[in-house]
Amino acid sequence: MPAQTFTVNGEQVTVDAPDDLPLLWVLRDLLGIRGPKYGCGIDVCKACTSHLDGEAVNPCAVPVSEAAGREVTTIEGLADGEKLHPVQEAWLEQDVAQCGYCQPGQIMAAVALLKRTKNPTDEEIDAIANVCRCGTYFRIREAIKSAADRMS
Amino acid sequence: MEPEPSAESSAEPSAVAENAGVGRRKLLAYLVAAPTLTVAVRVGADAWAPEAAAATPQATAEGAAPAALPDLLPDLGDVLILAAAPTSHLLTLELDEDGTARFGLPRAEVGQGLTTAVAMLIADELDLPLDKVRVRLDDARPELLFNQLTGSSNSIRALHRPVRAAAAAARARLVATAARQWGVDAADLTTRDGAVHASDGRTLGYGALAKSAAAPRTTEAPDVTLKAAGDQQVVGRPTNRIDARAIVTGRKEYALDLDVPGAKPAMVRRPPTVNGTVAQVHNAADVRAMPGVLDVVEIPTGVAVVAETFGQALAGKEALRVDWGAGTVDELSHDDIKAELRKAAPDFLPPLLVQHIDAEYDFAPVSHAPLETNSAVADVRDDRATVWTAAQSPIAARAAVAKAIGLPASRVDFHVVQAGGSFGRRLFFDAAVEAAQVSKAAGRPVRLMWSRVDDMRHGRMRPPTHHKLRVTHTRDKPLSLQHRVASVETDTGHGIGDALTAGLTELPAGNETFAQTMFRLSMRSPYDLGATAQTLTELPLKLHTGSWRSVYSGTARAAEEMFLDEVAEKLGADPVEFRRARLKNEAQRKVLDTAAADWGRELPEGVAQGVGFHEEYKSRVAFLVELDARDPKAPRVTRAVIAVDVGRAVNPRGVEAQMLGGLTDGIATALRAGLHFDKGLPLEGSYSQFHYARQKDSPQDVTVHVVESDAEPGGVGELGVPAAVAAIGNAYARATGTRARSFPILFDVDFEPFPR
Ligand code: FES
Ligand code: FES
Repeated sequence: MPAQTFTVNGEQVTVDAPDDLPLLWVLRDLLGIRGPKYGCGIDVCKACTSHLDGEAVNPCAVPVSEAAGREVTTIEGLADGEKLHPVQEAWLEQDVAQCGYCQPGQIMAAVALLKRTKNPTDEEIDAIANVCRCGTYFRIREAIKSAADRMS
Repeated sequence: MEPEPSAESSAEPSAVAENAGVGRRKLLAYLVAAPTLTVAVRVGADAWAPEAAAATPQATAEGAAPAALPDLLPDLGDVLILAAAPTSHLLTLELDEDGTARFGLPRAEVGQGLTTAVAMLIADELDLPLDKVRVRLDDARPELLFNQLTGSSNSIRALHRPVRAAAAAARARLVATAARQWGVDAADLTTRDGAVHASDGRTLGYGALAKSAAAPRTTEAPDVTLKAAGDQQVVGRPTNRIDARAIVTGRKEYALDLDVPGAKPAMVRRPPTVNGTVAQVHNAADVRAMPGVLDVVEIPTGVAVVAETFGQALAGKEALRVDWGAGTVDELSHDDIKAELRKAAPDFLPPLLVQHIDAEYDFAPVSHAPLETNSAVADVRDDRATVWTAAQSPIAARAAVAKAIGLPASRVDFHVVQAGGSFGRRLFFDAAVEAAQVSKAAGRPVRLMWSRVDDMRHGRMRPPTHHKLRVTHTRDKPLSLQHRVASVETDTGHGIGDALTAGLTELPAGNETFAQTMFRLSMRSPYDLGATAQTLTELPLKLHTGSWRSVYSGTARAAEEMFLDEVAEKLGADPVEFRRARLKNEAQRKVLDTAAADWGRELPEGVAQGVGFHEEYKSRVAFLVELDARDPKAPRVTRAVIAVDVGRAVNPRGVEAQMLGGLTDGIATALRAGLHFDKGLPLEGSYSQFHYARQKDSPQDVTVHVVESDAEPGGVGELGVPAAVAAIGNAYARATGTRARSFPILFDVDFEPFPR
């Protein structure tokens, strides 16, 4: 089986896995990194949202071979030790989470959006397609705006 | 009929008096023999919440006309509270030497914020900082009988008093212990921030007292008084989730995030129709030889593939070639069910000499679709088994697992894990049963997960319903309301039936079916509309149904609230005024007035307001929404104002979150989310097909008013949905001039279904 080498949350890892195995399962089942969640496996629900070289991707739909030599960031890699990312802080301030299952993906999507644009419009926030089955959308919107303020 | 206390008791337990503006009542507490301070609470059914205590036939019979005393009528929650009462004394609170309090919660946390609310109750009554309170979800505890079922928005209603009583008794014991050590009068001591303080400045932390305060043998706790509402510091204050930090850092663990040594991913290939059976597997050996695949085993519901990763288990299950036996509803499709339901709800006869208004509504089935798909971890050995899963009904789940693998229930350890959403779904424990079956057959621990496609197609759904409504009236006044509901049977084979039956032994049930009793207990009109008759007819189709954020009101009360708008219009009345004039009390009018404060404000053509009201679980809520339907194919709720009165709100921030959830569920199920049942299986298998609302469907302007109240805490979780659905339906009718009769309103099959 091919050895796959890439960086996860700042650490280089090498795992034996077939090229076409979705990155999500390499992270969750082979590396024990369980922040990214499964919700559909086909790039629809966005629960698994993580970053590949700083951009939002859905590792359920990314073959592990595509990550070779690149930098993967999951929700676990967002905070700087105990110091939370401003988006995480905003999520706490707005008390966004209900069941919490979608929230790692929501936060990673919001971080990627704020990287692209400092002051996202409501339309840009609307374009985040991550499903929250508990219906926390309004607080997500407020948290993104609050995070934008914190980061400016 | 009350069981013995959990530990040996040498004396009659004594009373904990409450002084919270609702009069004194007895609450029984024990100090339990343990290495550190441990308190157990017992609450006699006779000393229960006033509503529940009054919910006996005698009390109801004495209670004059129901309309005059609506609060004396029992509802579903009251009956479950009665069922839970005899075992509540088994709830225990322990204090550790590090000064933390630990409480085992015999309920599920599914995102509703219960662990936070319970921690707040303890922190407040114990004068302990909130971050020193740990609330864990209890394993299945069969001795709890009916007191380990999460449903009917009932948890805070059932638990707030015993939880507070335990904390108050623990606090009193800590004070008494410090007083003894210092040789002072306990009455001169105060508590604050997890420590006992003397007037001379001496302090003792709870942790330092935990051992000496422990009871050498189990005895009754001395009398104490619960705090008055005005003295509460934590309860009533908007508070963030105690597990928020774990969630935002990705450290929160759901069932499949647990590290159970050796547990391998497993997925199940399922039949092409609901309840189909495995006839023959053609290529098990080939699939076993696929990369990463460890085993292929047959279970009653399908064929499981165990692998090193879920990706490989999924590939394996998809490669299986299986012949299937018939399911239970193979010939059935959406339109047949709709037609059957229409037939099942009896037609109204033409009324004599009186004017009438009739209307009909239909609701499609709706998937629970929690974001965490159905999943469980199981480790089954020859003589014992351990299961980890999210469960609202763990006692029944444990028994089912035991039966499925041929072990006595006493050999099954059943751990309850927090759920990634539920909405009623985790009342069913099919994943736990399957995980145990696969673990047994494969001879190894497994982590079993349903695919999203299976979760939508073979999972549970809110049963489809049909509603026939009639109001008779004079020129401007309703004389009677009749509502005939036909519903595909709601499966309640998960313990709620047993709990209800236990609670109902003293309640008049007559010749009603169990479902009709449940319907009667949960359906009530908040209005004075003259003689009101709501009836249920169930269609016994073997679909996988289940209660969906309420048993009946999500559809039935929504239909009534939309019908009310029609009636108001026909009688030439304003819908808000019409409601206002017929609500029964001030508390109801207050939430309606608060939500509808700017009812009638100027809006562009094609944008309109709608209102909905609902009262249940001793709580009440009103929704005002504004809906932009200028593009009728893409209606969007642009604004919502919600006013809610849940009695004393333990955590107003949590109440607000539940109303936001209710709003989103309303948007989804009124506008676009439903299932098309087609020849024995739903067509929808993805959120791209089952259109649950997303950010783009969600309003950018939402206000939630949590009305202040010192009344007994009411239920919250399921409260919002009926009013939200109705407000949206009503706004849609006003914006477009067309009243929607069938929900969701936009319900085309706009996708290519996945292969079966
Ligand atoms: S699991 Fe990756 S998008 Fe749904
Ligand atoms: S918080 Fe439960 S799915 Fe978003």
